[in-house]
Amino acid sequence: MYWSGWPIPGSVIGMLLLLLSLMLFNKPPKPIKHSAEFLLRHLSLLFVPAGVGMMLLFDLIADQWVAMLLSLVLSTVISLAFTAWLMQFILKFMGRPDHE
Amino acid sequence: MNELIQSAVVLFHGNPLLGLVLTLLVFYLAQAMYHKFNATPLLHPVLLSIVVIIGLLLLLEIDYSTYMSGGQLIHFFLGPATVALAWPLHQNFKAIKAMWLPVLVAVIAGVLVAATSAIYLARWLGADVVTQLSLAPKSVTTPVAIAVVEKIGGLPALTAGFVIVTGVVGAMLGSLVFKWMGIDDQKVKGIAMGVSAHGVGTARAWQINQTMGAYAGLAMGVAALLIAFILPPWLQLLGLW
Repeated sequence: MYWSGWPIPGSVIGMLLLLLSLMLFNKPPKPIKHSAEFLLRHLSLLFVPAGVGMMLLFDLIADQWVAMLLSLVLSTVISLAFTAWLMQFILKFMGRPDHE
Repeated sequence: MNELIQSAVVLFHGNPLLGLVLTLLVFYLAQAMYHKFNATPLLHPVLLSIVVIIGLLLLLEIDYSTYMSGGQLIHFFLGPATVALAWPLHQNFKAIKAMWLPVLVAVIAGVLVAATSAIYLARWLGADVVTQLSLAPKSVTTPVAIAVVEKIGGLPALTAGFVIVTGVVGAMLGSLVFKWMGIDDQKVKGIAMGVSAHGVGTARAWQINQTMGAYAGLAMGVAALLIAFILPPWLQLLGLW
């Protein structure tokens, strides 16, 4: 799928379409709920084969693991701190309309 | 015992059952262990399974393509599971509709800051371009990160590893960072956790507080949905892609 020249994965388009269709329902059909919940319950299992593919990248990882690990840890801390700061800033700016 | 293993290897060699059974079995055991140790993120079952399976394959001299003839039967379901992410997103969205604008802004900015900081830190530390690109989608949930990285030219296997490590790091350090910043608002903490550490962070957030969990789930879903649309143009803007 291409969207103004940028490649969009088909599965993400599928997610968007399902979200839009769910919004059209007042009460979403049960079979969708069941199959979605079934797939998501086992979601983390589905990552394993892709992750095992790292065994083909030993040389790359051995060569750059310090850079990889440091950038993962630091960027995660930066992202946590920045997003929390921004969210707090926006909520303050909006005068906290506390209707959840 | 050794002979038994040997004959099992011969039996399974070149058989798709090998990858399938091995993955299911190791994951099942890893999950049991994870729950036994109070679900500490460091023993995340995905991380543990990957390490154990790689170890076993090397030990038994089975190559990745042989493993994947069975492994792909599991891998295939990543696509449908990505589509299914729309379900919890829809549920969360209904619950906190009034917050959609702040959430949208925070998620977009957070995803881009996570990607940009990872890319430039890695570059500064001497990592090559493929590694930098593989880091870019590391803060969103694995199925989406893998789909996105295939499109931008990184290595999906590397990204799978990066995503999980990111989730574990975020889940472990999140509370420390929030404490250090003096943030108590569960909504704010949840959004930051969902954006920065996807499903692993969201699972941790649910353990801490219900509100935090719900907001983390929402942020994770919005990030997953949007990253495919915002990351490629952003990388283009930075001249990386």
